[in-house]
Amino acid sequence: MADFLQQVVSGLATGSIYASLALALVLIHRSTQVINFAQGEMATFTTYIAWTLVDRGASYWLAFALTLVAAFVGGVALERVIIRPVERASILTIVMVTIGLLVALNGAMGWIWSPELKSFPSPFPNRGVDVGGVTISLQDVGVLGVTVVVVALLYVFFRYTKLGLAMRAAAVAPDASRLAGVRVSWMLALGWGLAAVLGAVSGMMVAPSVFLEPNMMQVVVIYAFAAAVLGGINSPVGAIVGGLAIGVTINLIGTYADFLGPELNLPVALLILLAVLLVRPSGLFDRVVVQRV
Amino acid sequence: MALLELRDVHARYGQITALRGISLAVEEGQVVAILGANGAGKTTTLRAVSGTVRRSGQILFGGRSIGRRGPEDVARLGIAHVPEGRGTFAELSVWDNLRMGAYIRRDRGVKDDFQRMLTYFPWLEERRDQDAGTLSGGEQQMLALARALVARPKLLLLDEPSLGLAPLVVREFFGIVRTLNEEEGLTVLVVEQNATIALAAAQQAYVLEVGEVAVAGTSDELAANESVRRSYLGY
Repeated sequence: MADFLQQVVSGLATGSIYASLALALVLIHRSTQVINFAQGEMATFTTYIAWTLVDRGASYWLAFALTLVAAFVGGVALERVIIRPVERASILTIVMVTIGLLVALNGAMGWIWSPELKSFPSPFPNRGVDVGGVTISLQDVGVLGVTVVVVALLYVFFRYTKLGLAMRAAAVAPDASRLAGVRVSWMLALGWGLAAVLGAVSGMMVAPSVFLEPNMMQVVVIYAFAAAVLGGINSPVGAIVGGLAIGVTINLIGTYADFLGPELNLPVALLILLAVLLVRPSGLFDRVVVQRV
Repeated sequence: MALLELRDVHARYGQITALRGISLAVEEGQVVAILGANGAGKTTTLRAVSGTVRRSGQILFGGRSIGRRGPEDVARLGIAHVPEGRGTFAELSVWDNLRMGAYIRRDRGVKDDFQRMLTYFPWLEERRDQDAGTLSGGEQQMLALARALVARPKLLLLDEPSLGLAPLVVREFFGIVRTLNEEEGLTVLVVEQNATIALAAAQQAYVLEVGEVAVAGTSDELAANESVRRSYLGY
């Protein structure tokens, strides 16, 4: 039992990393109906920025904060420069642009920082604490805690601020939002900025447990896609629940079905996803809008 | 000087011409109605004002040309457009709809205006957390009006507010519009198929036919006009 709980907590920590990246995908999908395939590379790129800052002697949390600011500015700039010109183009065109961005960022990272592996520091102590017979790693608690704080801040922003409200309105009803005076195009850019911030958080949280290299997020982003689809691609709550569910599931498979081996983690996770989608095609949380006419 | 003036305004959707040179004026403090059959260009006239259709010609609002401005800028100048049937954000709560109305406000009186809306529409309070899409058609139209009003517009554009509503609800709606006009001096440009109710609410009216102004005058003049009566009032 103790072992089980330990695995669940550790799964939640990994899952929270998937969840924040999944939330980033959902944010962009809600407002533009497009999957941003470059989300993983954007996250890795910002993690390199954090690495550089720490490498130059900045404290971890200063680097963390500066990286979030850089991610936000970078996300907004990417939308303005690269997505804006194709805003009214077909969805396929925008998807191609994000794939192009993926390739470009990946190449740029190899060129700027070299493809060799770099170790990335963790701000949390590498030991466990005993909670009623269950050893819980402070690493896991820290990762989970950071994600919870970031998601809570986002929730407050979207729920209680005027700008957050305008972003929600612009995503669901762009024409009516314009009539209310909302500059919808800028709301999309802000969405990209926030998505980049979420990506940066997930990148910085995953980097200590793997090594930093240009392809670091490629597997993570697949889990994040899976999480977003599992939860319902337009549901922020779904992305979080989906991410946590996938994290826990993979961890439990790794522990209790270890004959499958780590190579099969991803296929098994995707099989479970497929099974869920057969039952609920629009995901667990994508709400069906009930509307009287 | 008129609050809103259109001079020879043209508009088209792709190849289809919708407005062939509309000229009209709305004086401050007036309710002005635009009547006409389907496809006469009533909705397009409102869209030309709010900037949601490409248009040419002169559109003056408070003496200022707005003919090249997009909908966001027109809204910020004080024109609230309640489009036909889609005046609310269905996915947002009733209260968030009201907050959206106040999006362009920068002053501190917003809270008071929310309270003022509750005196006109008391039911908003108990429905505040409900999605607007789950309201009845009449409630949605009232909410759309409330949302437009918290923007404190200088000019309110209403597109077919009576469409699909029960007669009693239509009467209530126009009753509130009339009160707002008489007590608060709200200027309204309303498009209606229901000519009877529109002429009762308005002081001035225009009848459009295939993208042009066919008849214009005071409501009384139009109500007395033989052809208007036969075509639009049905007696």
